[in-house]
Amino acid sequence: MAAGTTSIKPTQVVVPETPAELQRVPLVGNLRSFGWISNRVASLCEDKAPVWWWILFIPSALCLGMLLFMLSYQISTGVGVWGNRHPVMWAWDIVNFVWWIGIGHAGTLISAILFLLRQRWRTGVNRAAEAMTIFAVMCAGIYPAMHVGRVWYDWWLFPIPNANSIWPQFRSPLMWDVFAVSTYFTVSVLFWYMGLVPDLAVMRDRAKTRLRQFFYGLFALGWTGSNRHWSNYEKAYLILAGLSTPLVLSVHSIVSLDFSVSQLPGWHTTIFPPYFVAGAVFSGFGMVLTLLIPLRSIFKLEDLITMRHIDLMCKVTLATGSIVGYAYSMEFFIAWYSGNPNEQFHFLNRALGPYQWAWIPMVTCNVLVPQLFWFRAIRHNLFIVFIMSILVNVGMWFERFVIIVIGLHRDFLPSNWNYYHPTWVDIGTYVGTFGLFFTMFLLFIRFLPMIAISEVKGVTPQSDPHHPLGGAKVKEHTAQ
Amino acid sequence: MNGLSQQYGIVAEFTNAASVLHAAEKVRDAGFRKWDVFTPFPVHGMDRAMGLRNSKVGWFAFIGGVTGYTTGMLMIWYMNTFDYPIVIGGKPLFSPFSAFPPSYELTILFGAFGSLFGMLFLNRLPRLHHPLLKNKRFSLVTHDRFFVVIECTDPKYSENETRKLLENLGSRHIEVVEE
Repeated sequence: MAAGTTSIKPTQVVVPETPAELQRVPLVGNLRSFGWISNRVASLCEDKAPVWWWILFIPSALCLGMLLFMLSYQISTGVGVWGNRHPVMWAWDIVNFVWWIGIGHAGTLISAILFLLRQRWRTGVNRAAEAMTIFAVMCAGIYPAMHVGRVWYDWWLFPIPNANSIWPQFRSPLMWDVFAVSTYFTVSVLFWYMGLVPDLAVMRDRAKTRLRQFFYGLFALGWTGSNRHWSNYEKAYLILAGLSTPLVLSVHSIVSLDFSVSQLPGWHTTIFPPYFVAGAVFSGFGMVLTLLIPLRSIFKLEDLITMRHIDLMCKVTLATGSIVGYAYSMEFFIAWYSGNPNEQFHFLNRALGPYQWAWIPMVTCNVLVPQLFWFRAIRHNLFIVFIMSILVNVGMWFERFVIIVIGLHRDFLPSNWNYYHPTWVDIGTYVGTFGLFFTMFLLFIRFLPMIAISEVKGVTPQSDPHHPLGGAKVKEHTAQ
Repeated sequence: MNGLSQQYGIVAEFTNAASVLHAAEKVRDAGFRKWDVFTPFPVHGMDRAMGLRNSKVGWFAFIGGVTGYTTGMLMIWYMNTFDYPIVIGGKPLFSPFSAFPPSYELTILFGAFGSLFGMLFLNRLPRLHHPLLKNKRFSLVTHDRFFVVIECTDPKYSENETRKLLENLGSRHIEVVEE
C-alpha cells in the first residue's frame, strides 16, 4: 500500500485562524491523513496476533467451553439445577438476561441516536460499541431460551404452526419480548454489517493473501466507493438509524413490561420503561468504556479515540446515572405516597431487609459513583474512569437482582416467604457468558476493523471540500 | 493486450476532495451520462455536484414498514381471534393495544430489511466482478484517492477529448481501463 504521509502538514496550505471561542478539540488528533487512518486501523487485524491477545483469548475460550458444559448439564438434567425455587421463580437467569441486554443498548444509542443528533464523535467508537451490542444480545438470548426448561420447545415462542394447532398468546408481554429481542438482534446485525461494507472493501484492497482477498472480497459485496452507491448507502444508513432509535427505546421498555404488567409490589409501576431504558444506556456506556480504555492504549488509537471521546462518554454515563438515581428516589416516594401497605413494605424490605447487602452496592455504584463524573479531573483520569466503568456494571447487576429477587422473595403471603441462593450452575453459566462475550469480541478485534475507517475519514477536516485542508481555495483576507 | 479486450472507461485520479468535487461539477455540465465519482468516504455535496436526485431507498423502507405493521396486526388477529380463540384473564380476544408492541417491532424489522436490501438492489450489489476492481491503481480508492470514471459507452465519450477534459480539471494520473 502506498506509504504516503502520516499527518497532513498544515504549513502546505493557509488555514484561516478560527476565533478562540469557536475552536473545538478535533475528532482525529494530530491532523492524521486518510492513509494513516486506513493503515492504523487495518494493521490491527493484519499484523500477527499479539501475545496479550492469546493471553485473553485462551481463558475466554475455556470459559465459553464451561458455558457449553453448564447448558448441556442444565438441558440434560432440568432447570432444577438452578437455584430458582418457589417463590423466587425468576432469579439469576432473568437478572443476567436483563443485564446483558441492557449492556447492548449503548451500542445502538451510539450508532443510531447519536447519528440522528449529528454527534460526529460517534464515528470513533460506534463500530466497537455495535459489536458489543450484538455479542451482549447473544449472551442475553441464551437465558430466556434456557429458562423455559424444555428448550426443544423454544420454537413454540414463534408464530409457527404446530401439531396442537395452538398459536402464541399475544396478550402476554413475554411474547412482545420475543419480538422485541429478536428484532433488536436482527436489526443490530444489519446495521453493523452495513457499516462494515465499505471497511471490508478497505480490507479487501489491502489484502496480501488469497484467503483474505476471498473472504473480505466476498463480504464487501463488490463495494467500489461509487458516489451513486454512497448516495443510496447514506440514505439507507439514515433510515436504519431512524428505525433503530425507536427500536432501542422499545426493547428495554418491553423488557420492563415483563415486570410492570404483573401485579407484584415493586414491579407494577409505570416508571419502569423510561427507568429501564436509562439504566440500560448507563450500563452500556459503562461497558463501552471498560472495553475501549484498555484497547485505545494497547492499540495506540489515541488519535482516533481521543480524550474528548472518553470525556463525552463519561458525561452520558453521568446523565443516565442521574436519571437512574432519580428513578430510585421516585420509587420510594411513590411507595410512600400511594399509601399501599404492600408497596411500602416492599421498599422498606429492599433497603432494610435480608437482601440489604445487594441494595447498598446498587445505590452506591449507580447513584453515588457516577456523580464523580461532574469533575473534569476525574473524567480525564483514565484509570479512575476504567474502575468506575466496571463499578457501573456491578451496580447495574445488583439493580436487576434487587428488582427481581427482592420483588419475589417476600410476596403477599408471609407463609410463602423464602430466601434465594444461587447454585454452582447459576454461577458457572453467568461466568460462561463472559466467555462467550469476550471470545466473540476478541475475534472481532482480530478479524474486523474495530474503528469505522471510512466514517472516521469523513470527519477529518481534509474530507470537507470546502475546508482549506480539503483543497478549497482560501480567499485573501483583507484587513478592514 | 490482445485486440479482443474492450475498453470499459477512462479513469482520472484526484488527490483531494475539493478537486474531485469541482471535476464532478464540470463533467456534469459537459453533459455526460454514464460516469461516476469514486471516493473513500461520502464527500459532502457530491450528490449535487453530480446532479443526482434524492435516493429512492426511502420507498423500500416505507413499503417494508407498512408491510411489517399490517402483517403483525393481521397475524395476531388471525391467530388469537379467528383460528384458535382462547379467553385469557377475561381480556378481549383482540385489542389493538396488546397487538401493538409485536406489530411495532415487525414494522421496524421489515423497514430495516427494506432499507438494506433496497439499497443493495438500487446499487446492483453484490457484484463481485467489476472492471475497476481489477485495476491496481484504482484500489487506492478505499485508501486515500478520489477517481472520476467516464464509461466508453457514454455517447459523449471520445478518448482524446475526454482525456483532455480530465487533464484540464487537474487530474495528474489518467488511464483507460479494460473491460
